[in-house]
Order: sequence, then structure tokens, then C-alpha cells
Amino acid sequence: MSKRVLLQGNEAVVEGALAAGMRFFAGYPITPSTEIAEQASLRLPLCDGHFIQMEDEISSMAAVIGASAAGVKSMTATSGPGFSLKQENIGYACLSEIPCVIVDVQRSGPSTGLPTSPSQGDYMQARWGTHGDHPVIALSPSSVGECYTLTVRAFDLSEKYRTPVILLMDEIIGHLREGVELPGKITPAERPVYEDPECLRHPYHIPEGAWVPGMKPFGQGEFYNVTGLIHDEEGFPTNSNEAARRLVRRLLDKIEKNYDDIVTVEEFMTEDADTLIVCFGGTARAAKEAVLEARAAGVRAGLFRPVTVWPFPEKELFALSGRVKRILTVEHNDGQMAREVERAVRGRCETAFLGKIDGSVITPREILEAVKEGRRNGK
Amino acid sequence: MKNGQMQLRLTGSGGQGVILASVILAEAAVMADKYTAQSQSYGPEARGGSCKAECIISDAPIAFTKVTVPTFLLALTQKALDTYAPGIPEGATVVIDESLSAPECLKNARVLALPILRTAKEKTGKAFTANIVAVGAINRLLKIVSAEAIEKAVLMHVPAGSESINMAALRAGEELVS
Amino acid sequence: MASELIGKYMREDKLPHIWCPGCGNGILMRDVAQAIDDLGLDKRKVVIVSGIGCSSRAAGYMDFNTIHTTHGRAIAFATGIKMANPSLEVIVITGDGDASAIGGNHLIHAARRNIGLTVVVFNNSIYGMTGGQYSPTTPRGDYGTTAPYGNIDRPFDIAQLAAGAGASFAARGDAYHVQKTVDLIKKGIAHKGFAIIDCLTVCPTYYGRKNKKGGAVEMMKFQKENFIPEEIAARMTSEQLAGKRVLGVVANNDYPELTEEYAALIARAKERAGGGK
Repeated sequence: MSKRVLLQGNEAVVEGALAAGMRFFAGYPITPSTEIAEQASLRLPLCDGHFIQMEDEISSMAAVIGASAAGVKSMTATSGPGFSLKQENIGYACLSEIPCVIVDVQRSGPSTGLPTSPSQGDYMQARWGTHGDHPVIALSPSSVGECYTLTVRAFDLSEKYRTPVILLMDEIIGHLREGVELPGKITPAERPVYEDPECLRHPYHIPEGAWVPGMKPFGQGEFYNVTGLIHDEEGFPTNSNEAARRLVRRLLDKIEKNYDDIVTVEEFMTEDADTLIVCFGGTARAAKEAVLEARAAGVRAGLFRPVTVWPFPEKELFALSGRVKRILTVEHNDGQMAREVERAVRGRCETAFLGKIDGSVITPREILEAVKEGRRNGK
Repeated sequence: MKNGQMQLRLTGSGGQGVILASVILAEAAVMADKYTAQSQSYGPEARGGSCKAECIISDAPIAFTKVTVPTFLLALTQKALDTYAPGIPEGATVVIDESLSAPECLKNARVLALPILRTAKEKTGKAFTANIVAVGAINRLLKIVSAEAIEKAVLMHVPAGSESINMAALRAGEELVS
Repeated sequence: MASELIGKYMREDKLPHIWCPGCGNGILMRDVAQAIDDLGLDKRKVVIVSGIGCSSRAAGYMDFNTIHTTHGRAIAFATGIKMANPSLEVIVITGDGDASAIGGNHLIHAARRNIGLTVVVFNNSIYGMTGGQYSPTTPRGDYGTTAPYGNIDRPFDIAQLAAGAGASFAARGDAYHVQKTVDLIKKGIAHKGFAIIDCLTVCPTYYGRKNKKGGAVEMMKFQKENFIPEEIAARMTSEQLAGKRVLGVVANNDYPELTEEYAALIARAKERAGGGK
């Protein structure tokens, strides 16, 4: 324990990113994520990396994708309104399969909302923010330590699957300081690069057994085209319905078919639980306290925490739903993940919801009351 | 003390450095192998209005990260005291600057009026060291960490060149609590 | 000569291009290739970045690392590429709408930062890809499908706009004066900081037809007669130049380049960190 250091969640994200190999950051100031840009501007030059404060959120996202195309692991950070602005280019990164990490430190919305207040209202935006059918990986830390480890994991998944990965934080965790023990040297994942001649001629060709293309970064003599249009194996635009179906299917499949590699959850006192609280991110800290208090009062509660929030951990939750009497979804919004919970549980047990939209933190007491009450609808 | 947790709430006006004070206490707690969760209010109030910082210190892991039942309150301005005194439970310790008057709701708390602002000015010549004076007093009063640990924590967080003046402030703060 | 350039710099299997008969974009794309060839650039170090629109299809035809990005964002993508690897020669091919309407903010800020990109604007004074709507460079009184009663907006002079925003190199070229335009693109690429060459092209299909400018030949003839290379303009009187567009350099200054400044910043940061707090 003696190696622990005091870090803020937002700072830990930058430390994790640097450990994962991030060497480019582009961003625009926005509360409550700004400390990430500040820390990146301070730390990157010392690692021969580049920081740039762009003119807006849109260009920050664009610059990140450009830098990644040039072979440099890249990240941006934002919050609600900025996350909305980044969506178009997030879709571009999905389709063109350029790895990058987007941090969204959620705040209360809609619109400018309550800029300094916590919320988890971007849960669905993280999934469906950009238009069209597209794959998404989103991870949500619940502690400062996880801000570090999940940022590393976000980069690893992004490189491995050549897809943007969203670190879905909230103000509670972004602005929290805790003592954390930083791991020693880590070996980050690198994006696949294929050398075989077929792949060099067809940069978006997928070799047998692979899920993603393996083109080299720009500047290494492999001349290929990247586009946000539906494209063929050469990376050239096509209007072919078959090519469109094949490309979009593979983009979705590369995440869906690797569910077990991507999805992680935390279970806390679930073994004998009657009531299962489903909760993610900073709010899960209140839920954990509520579980402890419930147990102290003789109520058998447990916590199921999606660490990977997208894809939603439906397999694990479905399995648990056969063992518990009731599932209480607690989230800092008006019931976004609750829909996913209903879908995953398929009516196998009773479900209820507790949420909040006033910008104040959900407290352990409120959760405990909802657990005891056994109410069906917390709205 | 619920779950053996110290739940500290530090309040004042924006610019008095109560956030830094809470960060220093959290830093010291980590050095002393304790668990801590530190956070603060953000927004317009941090730019000159009433400002609140929180710090939980515990020997066991901390689940919920926000202060729910403060075991300690620091108030450096009357406005902050009036805002944050309600909700302070019986038996909590409250340190207020000597220039403030404690509201009725604190009658069952242990209230200490200390010359924090005056000591900063008199002992260091700089009013801005009041937060470090407070850190010294709080640490001595609540026996959070050793004198060495708190000294190290202060040095980690003050600007280069201001070490000696802040050490003087820390000592002066410690001396306010005998 | 032309076929040699095609073999060397074009993806022949992707040709013919999608541009309409008589479109000036093919000439400008060739001008960019000619400039690259004349300068003897290492193909592996050249990245072509484009946005969305007729102009931006050029990236797909050129045999380099090419990236066809989102509408208006080409300069922002290019900024990331250049920052990540300053040794790359990053050339942006964009249109008037792409660069100065939806991407106008990125244009002025890249100019302000003086990042070493070369931006070649294929300026056809109209939105071609979507079928002829007026753009920020459509002259007042001209028609577009969204200006059925004539355009009442005042147009941008993109070279002046960029120069005003701090671009260290800004110039005007066109589709007709090939040698002059190639020369300006070469100057832009060779220039250390942010360089922009605003090239008026011809769009007979939409701009020409909507505004009764005749076909491609008439529109090229108009450029020949009314766009005057600077060296010729220098010998003309202001009366002779009235109503003419002068082709040439609008701004050429030696300002610090962003990625070089960043390299110095890295050295400074390391020195400070090494020297203790």
C-alpha cells in the first residue's frame, strides 16, 4: 500500500493514457473534463508527445483521428455538449476503423444544463450518438484507480478492434481524489498491421481468422485511401449494396462476436442476494454503500456493476436474473440503462428503477430506501 | 464516527484555499496508508462565493465518496458557516475563525473559535497562508497523521519559493491547538 | 508529359473520375501532382487530405496516403496528421463550401497557428455535389438553386480571409493559367508555414448553367481574359485592371511554424522538468 499516490480521476485518466502509449491529445475546454486537457498539456511534451487545444470540439475529434491515422495513439476528452459535437467524427472513426479514445466526463443536461453537476445522462448517447448502425465499446470507471486501468484498457481495445472506445466517466469520479496504487510497467496492445501482399494491395482486406484490417500508418510507403464512405477492400468508395452489407456487418460483428473479450463486470455480494442493484460509474459507489448498509440491516442486497457499459453485459445479468427476486436499476438519469436491463432480464424477475435528474448526487440512503420499499417504479 | 470514517467538510470563500487544504489532508492520509476520498464544489461559487471541499479519511476502503454526516466542519467566513452549519450532527467538531459567531444549530457540537486569519497575517505576514494555518490546527486537533507526514504533504502542494512561509503557517496552526 | 504524371501519381484503375465533362477540377488535381513532381517530393512522405464535395474526390484518385474526411473538417484532420508526424508533407484539397463555410473556423485557426499545411482550394463558386446551391464565394447577384432570386450575400475572398487570419502564405490561382497555378502550389508546398492557394475552377454543369456563363470553353475563355498573372498585372494600369482578378501571391511572411514551435516547447518543458521544480 505504500506506493499509493493521491490522484484526481481526471488526472489518472492522463496517467493511464500515457502508460498505454498515448502521444497525441486534442481537446477543447469544457467542465468537468478540463483537468484532462490541462494534465495532457503538461505531461505530453515530457514524453515527446503533442498536445493541441483546437478551435472547437469537432476539430478536436478530427485531429485525434488524423493523428491516429499517422500511427500515434490519440485521445480527446469532453463532456455532454462537446460529446454531442464529436459524434459525427466518432462515426467516421468507426467506419474508417481508426483507433482512438474519447473520454466523456458526464454532467447534467440536456443542453448546457448544470455544467458542474454530476449525471449519467449520456449513457444512450455513448451508444447511439453518431448516426447509422455502428459498433461501440464504452467503459465506465467507478474509482480513481479504474480511471487509470480502464483508460489503458480503452486504448488496448481500441487498437485491437480498430474502433473508437469511449471512457464514460461522470463528474463524481472525474473530480474525486483517492489514493491509488499505479501498476508498474505495462505492455499495451498495438493495432494489428499485416505484411502479406494481399493486405498491402487491399488495405481493408480481412485475412482469415481476423476481424479487422491491418493497414500501416501514413508515411510508411503503403499508399491507400481512407474514407467515411462505404468502401471496398481497397478502401475506395462503392455504392454496392453487397459491399455495404458486408462492411457494416463486419463492423458490428467484430464487437458482438468478441463480447467475452470485451465485456467485464463487477459483482459485489451477489451470491445470495434477493435484491440485485444494477449500477455503473460513480453512482455505483453509493450503491455499494447501500448494499453494505442493507446487509447490516439484514436485507440481502447485492451489486452488479457493468464495467463495460457497451456492449451491455446482458449474458451475465440474464444469468443472475434467475437467482434474484428483484433487480433495482440505479442510474443518474431518468432510466436509460434500465431499458437495457429489462431487455436482458426478459421478465425473469421483478424490475424497478431509481434515478435522478436534478443534478444532485444519488445517496446510499435513497438507494437503501428503494431496496427496502420494493417499489416497482422509482420515477 | 460512522464506519470509523472521519468526514471533513472545509468551507470558506473562494480564494481562501480550502480546496487545497482538503487536498493536503488527503495527501497526508495517503502517505499514512489511510484511505481517503476528496472532492469539492465546482462552479461559480468557487470563484468568490462560498466554497466547500470535502475529505473522507478512513482505515477501511471507502464506498460512497461524498460526506453524508460530517464529523468535522471548518468555516472561515460567516456566510460559509451559516450555509454549512445546518446538518452538522451532535458531537461533531467545528472549527470557526474567531471573527465568526456560531449559529444556534451548533449548540450540541464542539465548537472551537480559533484566530486562524489573524495568525496567518501576524505570523507569516501573508493572509493567504490561512488555509495552511487551518491544516496545522485540524491535523493537531483530529490527530489525522504525524507532524512529519503533514509537513511533507504541505510541501508537495505549495509553490516553489513559498516553502518556509508555509512551514511557519503550519507550525503556527499547530500551536493554536494545545 | 501528362500521361507520365498519371502513371506516377494517379490511381489509374480508379479513373475516369466522377467529375462532369468540362469541370476544372481535373486540371487542378493535375496541377497538384505537377507541383509535387517538380519539387521532387518523396511520395511516402506526402499525405493528401480532403473533405467532402466535388473537389474532395481528388484524394481518391491520387496515389499517396490519402484520407477523404468529413465535410469541412479536412484541415482539422490534417492538423492531427501534421502534429503527429511533422516530417509529413500534408496537402489539403478542399472546396469553397468545405473550406470557408462549414470548415471556415478550422481554416482561420490553422492559418492563425501557422501550421505547415498546404491547402489547395478548388473554388467553383457553388455547391456542386449537392446540385448547385450558392456558396460563400458565389458572387452577389448570381444564381443558385437556393438563390432563385439572386444571391444577396457578399462573397469571401478566401486568400484574403486566410491572410487576415494570419496565414503566412496565401495566393490566388485558377484552372486556366496552369503554369502560374503550378508555380503558386509549388511555392505553397515549399513554404514552411500555413499556405493556401485559392484556385478558381469552372463548374459548367451548375454554376455555368445557372448563371448563363456558357459551357466549359466559354468559362475557360473568361478566366483567360479576366484573370491576370501578377507579373503581367504589374505592367498594367489600374484602369486596365478594373474588374480583373490578379493571380499570384497575396501574402508571404516568415512567421514561426507550429510544429517547429512545438519541438522547441518539448525541449523547454524537458529542461524545466530536468532542472527541478
